[in-house]
Amino acid sequence: MIASSQTIALDELSPAEQETLHCVASHMIPPSEELGLPGATDPAIFADILRSIGRDLPALRQALHAITEMAGGPLAVLSSIEQRALLSRFRSGRPDLAGVVEAVTVRCYYRDDRVMSSVGMEVRPPFPVGFAVPQGDWSLLEPVRSRGKIYRDAD
Amino acid sequence: MQSVTRNEPVDVLIIGAGASGAAIAWSLADTKMRILCLEQGDWPRSSDFPSTGRDWEARQSEDYSISPNRRGLAADYPINEDDSSIKIANYNGVGGGTVFYAGHFPRLHPSDFRVRSLDGVADDWPIDYRTLEPFYALNDQMMGVASLAGDPAYPPKDAVMPPIPLGRTGEKLGSAMNKLGWHWWPSDSAISTQEYQGRAPCINLGHCPAGCAQGAKASTDVTYWPEAVRSRVELRTRCRVSRIETNDEQMATGAYYFDPDGQERFQPAEIVIMACNGIGTPRILLNSASERFPGGLANSSGLVGKNLMFHPYAQIRGHFDEPLDGYRGPPICIWSMEFYETDPARGFKRGYCYQFSRGLGPVRTATTGLADGLLPWGDEHHAAFRRLFCRSAGMVSICEDLPEEINRVTLDPHLKDINGIPAPKITYRIGENTQRMLDHSVARGIEILKAAGARDITFKSPLPYAGWHLMGTARMGHDPKRSVVNAWGRSHDVKNLFIVDGSVFVTSGGVNPTATIQAVALYVADQIKSRIYDLFN
Ligand SMILES: Cc1cc2nc3c(=O)[nH]c(=O)nc-3n(C[C@H](O)[C@H](O)[C@H](O)COP(=O)(O)OP(=O)(O)OC[C@H]3O[C@@H](n4cnc5c(N)ncnc54)[C@H](O)[C@@H]3O)c2cc1C
Repeated sequence: MIASSQTIALDELSPAEQETLHCVASHMIPPSEELGLPGATDPAIFADILRSIGRDLPALRQALHAITEMAGGPLAVLSSIEQRALLSRFRSGRPDLAGVVEAVTVRCYYRDDRVMSSVGMEVRPPFPVGFAVPQGDWSLLEPVRSRGKIYRDAD
Repeated sequence: MQSVTRNEPVDVLIIGAGASGAAIAWSLADTKMRILCLEQGDWPRSSDFPSTGRDWEARQSEDYSISPNRRGLAADYPINEDDSSIKIANYNGVGGGTVFYAGHFPRLHPSDFRVRSLDGVADDWPIDYRTLEPFYALNDQMMGVASLAGDPAYPPKDAVMPPIPLGRTGEKLGSAMNKLGWHWWPSDSAISTQEYQGRAPCINLGHCPAGCAQGAKASTDVTYWPEAVRSRVELRTRCRVSRIETNDEQMATGAYYFDPDGQERFQPAEIVIMACNGIGTPRILLNSASERFPGGLANSSGLVGKNLMFHPYAQIRGHFDEPLDGYRGPPICIWSMEFYETDPARGFKRGYCYQFSRGLGPVRTATTGLADGLLPWGDEHHAAFRRLFCRSAGMVSICEDLPEEINRVTLDPHLKDINGIPAPKITYRIGENTQRMLDHSVARGIEILKAAGARDITFKSPLPYAGWHLMGTARMGHDPKRSVVNAWGRSHDVKNLFIVDGSVFVTSGGVNPTATIQAVALYVADQIKSRIYDLFN
């Protein structure tokens, strides 16, 4: 067995898989009118999600198929209450796969301009501007100093 | 053996351009010997690092994942870790693990070198703290370590430049430690806090473990390597070594490797130095088995690959009502050595340190919040997120792992890399002593966070994806039956073969290992230089 490099599938989800993911994401992060926030199925965010699955594609597919199997068909045809109940069972029964769907979704949701601004971030990458961190109060170390040496001599 | 191209010979061949390979290359450069380093990966490009783009957190699960198996890039080799509860993290390229490390830079303590004499466990090192002290100091200068002199947990040591800021997180957790009367101190950090030897100061990008775009973090591609290359050390990248060759005198004659075009070549050398880390080095030594050395090269003791140590980690985090540093600033903050030295009342031998850390970016806040049950799906999601984001802080405990032969690196009989070289297979389980230590560190960590006023405290023990300290698989010692290399890194069996990476650790201590790995590499270089006329006797 030879592991080839760059064997990462560049494939994409089928329309049925996309529909299931859309439905799951709508339950995970709905929009908030109060905060003026989009949900995870906002068209720009969901398009970003579909583009950015990357190395999670095989595990995500497995997760979506598990959900479809639990639903006995497309998740979207169930009522909203049934969907929510099923997804709650999925999350407690398959936390590993639920973690994949969550990761794929929040990775894109929390880099959306509107979401970043709303949680108090500047809409930019960390570099090259960086961030400020206060020095803090160095006098807090006084009690540690006055307690004195705590290492063991080894000679 | 099919015919392979034979290169011009060199005096010294170093295999691996990571933390230790860089340090020894730089130190040996002043001998004016012809020195060549073969490195399987490439030079990292800081303009490619995730913190330069809006997908800075996402890329840490993709091409900048710490797991080589997940990255699966051309520079990486696969690792069978199915039989290990802790998974391997590394970076394969110039700088090695230092490109991804957090730069938490503690030294071992004097007692770490004397664990058998002091605590009756494992073995003493054949060298001691005092022997390494000047090399620790030299390495601090070369790497550019930010620290505060006067830590009562260590013998006196100089600070090269001011420490990284405490920030709100350091204040909060330091105050809690004061309440409990427990030791804490700003961490020694391989991160420049001021202009230092052409490197720009830290601007708190917050993403040290995915490569520092600012160049403030001391990865060896920006510290030792530019100096070594200026001193005419040759560094050939994208060259993967498969095995070391020997002659009838039981001396190493050089190494076979695959060049960037996948062509096999032989590089003759007078001295061969292994610096491929605690997994890469035993892998190549075991793959160098021959009629002369049927059990693998330098392996008459049978210990090559055995005694693998990781430092199992526990992580304890809590949330606060007021905002802390969040995603800003190096994740590193302060450390505590309160539980470092053996105390029989604790029910385990040896100890651990805490590395306290700041908050998480928005994506990691969400993924960990969801996994920990603190962040719900549905309408409550947004309010809950706001209670977590920029309000978390915590610590990891870095627990001393005792050497056990059962924990080991072998060659996988089936899995191979893209050049057809057998992949390493890891067999590892956490020992009882370490488990008790992990449990102790979780309980004390919760106490600390409670004293700091935290709510929603969570912990993970052990952290599964934390196999980033790779030690012990070719240990040093005086007795050839119980060690692979001698007290100055030379193989007992093959007199011109040296090992300088984390493999040579006799015990792991309970702190991050890189300062010690590099101090050992500088010490071995010094020994080579001072013994140059009778090096092989
Ligand atoms: C995410 C992460 C965080 C970390 N944080 C810290 C920290 O805060 N503090 C700390 O002290 N340590 C930390 N570490 C660990 C630190 O990176 C290592 O201890 C250190 O880099 C090990 O040095 P080394 O010389 O033994 O090996 P490495 O630095 O791993 O170098 C080995 C080099 O050898 C090359 N190589 C391997 N096999 C071959 C071959 N067959 N042919 C050619 N080249 C080969 C590799 O590509 C690599 O470049 C961290 C590591 C990671 C991954």
